This record gives sequence, structure tokens and C-alpha cells, in this order.
Amino acid sequence: MIKRVTFKHKWLPYALLAPQLLITLVFFIWPASQALYYSVLQQDAFGLRVDFVGFDNFAYLFSDPTYLDSFEITIMFSVSVALVSLSFALMLAVMADRVIKGATAYKTLLIWPYAVAPAIAGVLWYFMFNPAVGINAWILRAWFGYDWNHTLNGSDAMLLIVIAAAWKQISYNFLFFLAGLQAIPRSLIEAAAIDGASPLKRFWTIVFPLLSPTTFFLVVVNIVYAFFDTFGTIHATTRGGPYGATNTLVYKVFNDGFIGLDLGGSAAQSVVLMVIVITLTVVQFRYIERRVEY
Amino acid sequence: MVENRPWLTVFSHIVLILGIGVVVLPLWVTIVSSTHAGEDLLTAPIPMWFGDNMVENYRQMLTAGMEHVSGQPLTLMMFNSLVMALTIAIGKIAISLIAAFAICYFQFPLRMACFWMIFITLMLPVEVRILPTYEVIANVFTPLTRLLNLLGMEGTEIALPGFTIDLDFSMLDSYAGLTLPLIASATATFLFRQFFLTVPDELTEAARIDGAGPMKFFRDILLPLSRTNIAALFVILFIYGWNQYLWPLLVTTDPDYVTIVMGIQRMVNVADIEPQWNLVMTAATLAMLPPVAIVIGMQRLFVKGLVETEK
Repeated sequence: MIKRVTFKHKWLPYALLAPQLLITLVFFIWPASQALYYSVLQQDAFGLRVDFVGFDNFAYLFSDPTYLDSFEITIMFSVSVALVSLSFALMLAVMADRVIKGATAYKTLLIWPYAVAPAIAGVLWYFMFNPAVGINAWILRAWFGYDWNHTLNGSDAMLLIVIAAAWKQISYNFLFFLAGLQAIPRSLIEAAAIDGASPLKRFWTIVFPLLSPTTFFLVVVNIVYAFFDTFGTIHATTRGGPYGATNTLVYKVFNDGFIGLDLGGSAAQSVVLMVIVITLTVVQFRYIERRVEY
Repeated sequence: MVENRPWLTVFSHIVLILGIGVVVLPLWVTIVSSTHAGEDLLTAPIPMWFGDNMVENYRQMLTAGMEHVSGQPLTLMMFNSLVMALTIAIGKIAISLIAAFAICYFQFPLRMACFWMIFITLMLPVEVRILPTYEVIANVFTPLTRLLNLLGMEGTEIALPGFTIDLDFSMLDSYAGLTLPLIASATATFLFRQFFLTVPDELTEAARIDGAGPMKFFRDILLPLSRTNIAALFVILFIYGWNQYLWPLLVTTDPDYVTIVMGIQRMVNVADIEPQWNLVMTAATLAMLPPVAIVIGMQRLFVKGLVETEK
């Protein structure tokens, strides 16, 4: 926690911590406490009076079908993003772990989507699936007879943002899976090969179980990403539509707070999101401590 | 290679190439589309090979921008993005370095309280506190005036003998407003703390015997030792800053402060007409260029930064 050899100074440590603490207080702790405070208040229609309403905002929130829908949409979206991105990345990592020739070139070509902003990733796929001119929409129509339209069809829109969000996350997952695979002792795999286990059997009985710490860690990271970092993907493309089909929780907080100007409701939603982040962070940290022992 | 199975190796290469095809396709389509004239992209299927309008597209976007969305040239937007990315990256590294130094190398009251306060920021991403943070940016003294009001002071002014301080200062539409709320970082502080804990105590002892004070030790020993860590973190934080979206969207209404990642959205969401895809794709290419170049050019630092910030 602290070095054995330390310095002594009356005010220097406080001065060194001051910038970080000041920003934390003004831009993090104060707004968070305000969100907590507003979440138990209600403003009247003209913004003249503010009443204390206790947990009414929360009760209203969890009886509001659009909010529950949004919850369901977010969970479906996050699970799909994690599943698509993780399985695709794992497949590529296993293959990249096998090949010797060209391994660096493959790696370079696979890691760059990490640098693409979620909003830009959204725009790229939005263009490729554009019903009028997009290349993917054209292929779906010409080859499979499917009329793709994410501006009218809710499941098309959902699929679009899942693909865009998962695509961006592939490189991250790929890098961590590859590192995990390379940490597995070769002797285990060689022993299984001598016993006559096929590559597929070796993967499912040795590699995949040994990789489970990495997988679990990535599941948490991917879900946090899908929950909180995909606002840009949605805002730049579907804008929560059509008919609320891609209205995730974070998009809804923004929409209700800034477009709808519902102070109490938006604050209550913020508090619910905070609880989710805190839970996920605690899960992640507890888990990482376990991994250190392992 | 455990055993020799040539077909399996061939299969691996095929899967990798197909996978890369899927991953690279959007980039290909984007770059190709940015070299065509608007008319070429009006009917499906759109061309998959380069056109001859590239110079014209890039020249127009860089110097004039798109007219019907207030027409800010992309050079301005990219400059704003650069300022934001650099301020966030350098700011986070600077304040985290000194904070971690204080926490590791000094014994003082409230040390753990400070540590936990920094830790909490990990659980409060911008997305969950947007409305109240926006309020603070609209008037940075909001927390102070509220506290003063609680203590029975009225109004938003502090009257001192000789002059008054007006407690109303908005950071909307400014670089400070764009960057300050994103600059505190628990991750960077932890990373440096973790690293400082591995620095041998003998170095500190030697420095103290030679009569070096804390700041001299920090400057001449700790900083040079942290160089690689700083560089790795810089790569990750630059990308993080460049790719910000929600926050710039909220605090900038003045077109002069639009960043490129956030500006593209206005070119796509145009009412009633098809967006000018060739120009949108030109903008997208330019928006991707700096962060992608950094990831590919500094691959080793990037991977190091990515792995270490997640520990």
C-alpha cells in the first residue's frame, strides 16, 4: 500500500493531490450526490416548485412499461454484443495462436478497430446496411431476397447496432484471448496430443477451461462496454428508434433528461445506472483478486 | 505447433483471412466511397473500387465542410479533437502521476480517504451523471453557491471589502468544459501507484542520503523510470479522448467547438434527404486516421497500455 521509505512534508502531499481531488469533487462527487438528491424530488410542470416525493420516482420508473422495455432491450443488446464479439474473437485468437507464418500481419490487421470511435463504427455499418445504397443491404436483397430496413424494422435496427458495437470490440477481445492462449503451458497440450486427443477435443477439454478466467473477465468488460460506451453508436445511427426498438438505458437517460427535461425521472434513472456500474465494478474487482491467487 | 497437420494449418489461415475480411470490409467500403462523386453512390450496388473524385472530396471537406449542416471545415473539427485528445491524455497523466506519488511516498493523515475518493470515480462514468455534471459546467461555482446558501448566504456573489466576486462562470463552449470533467482518472492513478510500488526502496534511500528532497527524487528518478508506462498510457488515453462523443455533444452548441467524431453525426442525420455519403465517408476516414495510425504505429506500447490499464 505504501513504500517502506517515505518522505516527510507538511503540505506537499496535499498540494500534489489537490488537482485530482478538486476535479473529483466538483465533477464527480458533487454531480453524483445531486443525482441522488434530485431522484427523490419532483418538479411541477412550470418548474416553480420542487417537492420531496421519496421513492415515488423509482416506483414510477419501475411501473413504466417504456422503462422496463428499455431495460430488456439493454440486457438483450449487451448479451448479444458480448456473445457475438467474444465468440468471433476467440475463434480468430485460436487460429492466430496456431499459425506461425504471418502471425504479426494478422494481428496488426485485427487490432485497429479498437481505435475507431463507437459513433464512427455505427456510421460505417449504418452506411453498409443503408436500405437504398448499402452494400450489405443490397447483398441481402439480391442474394437472399430479404428486404433490410433498419429505419422501419425494429429487429433490423437492433441487429445493426449489435453488429456495429461487437465489431469494434473484436480487437480488444482478440488481444486478451491471444495473451490468455499463449499463457497456457504447451506441455499440457503436448501430453494430450500424445494421448491421441484431437485438436478439437484438446480445445474443449484443456484450452477452453484454462481460458475461463480470461473469458469471465472479458464478459464483464464487454457488458460494461455495451451498457455505457455505445451511446455514440446509437445516437449517430438509429437514435433509439424505430419506435424505441434500440432505446437503451443510457440513451434513455440522455433523451429524458435533455430532450424531455424530466429532472426527477432522469435522476432516478441515473441512480439505477450507478447501482449497475457499482455492481459490475465490484464483480470485476472481486474476480480479479481471485485471479491473482490463481 | 504440437503436431504436423498441414490441412489444419491451411484451415487456420483461411479462417483468419475470412475473419480479417469481415473486420476490414467496413474500412475498405469507407475509403473507396470517399473517392467517388456523389452521383456514384445513389444507386445500389455501390462501386467497390476507387473512383477519381478523391482530391475533390477531401479538398471540399477540409476547407469548406458540408454546407447544409452549418459547414464547418474538417480542419477546424480535427483541430478541436486534437486539442481535446491531447488535453485529456496529458492532463490525466499529469494529475495522476503526482497523485500516485503523494499516495505512495508520503505518510499523512487522510491518506486512505484521498485514495478512496479517487477510487470512487471509477464507478461514476459521465454517462450516469450527465445532467448534474452539465449543470456544474454551466456554472462551475454551483457546488460552492449551494453550500453558501445552506450556510445562510443569499445570492451568487461574495462581497469582499473593495470588490465582489461574481460566482457565475460557465464552461459551456470552451475547451475547459470539454476536457475537465473527463480528466480525473482512477485507472491512471492506480497504474502509476502499482508501478511505484515496484520501484526499489533502495533508490529512495540513496536519493535521501544524497540529500535529495521529494520533488527532486520525483523529477530525477521516478519520472525517468516511468517513461514507458507514461507512453503506453498516453496511447490509450489519446484514443479515449479523440473518440469522446456524449460529452462534446452536450457542452458544445457553438459550431466552432465541434469535434470531428461528434460532428459526423450531424452530416448523417439530415432530415428528409439521403446524406451525401461520399462526403460523410471522407469525414469518417479523416476521423479514424489519427487514432488508427497511433494504434498501428505504436502497436507494442498500445498492447502494453491496454493490458496494464485493465489490471
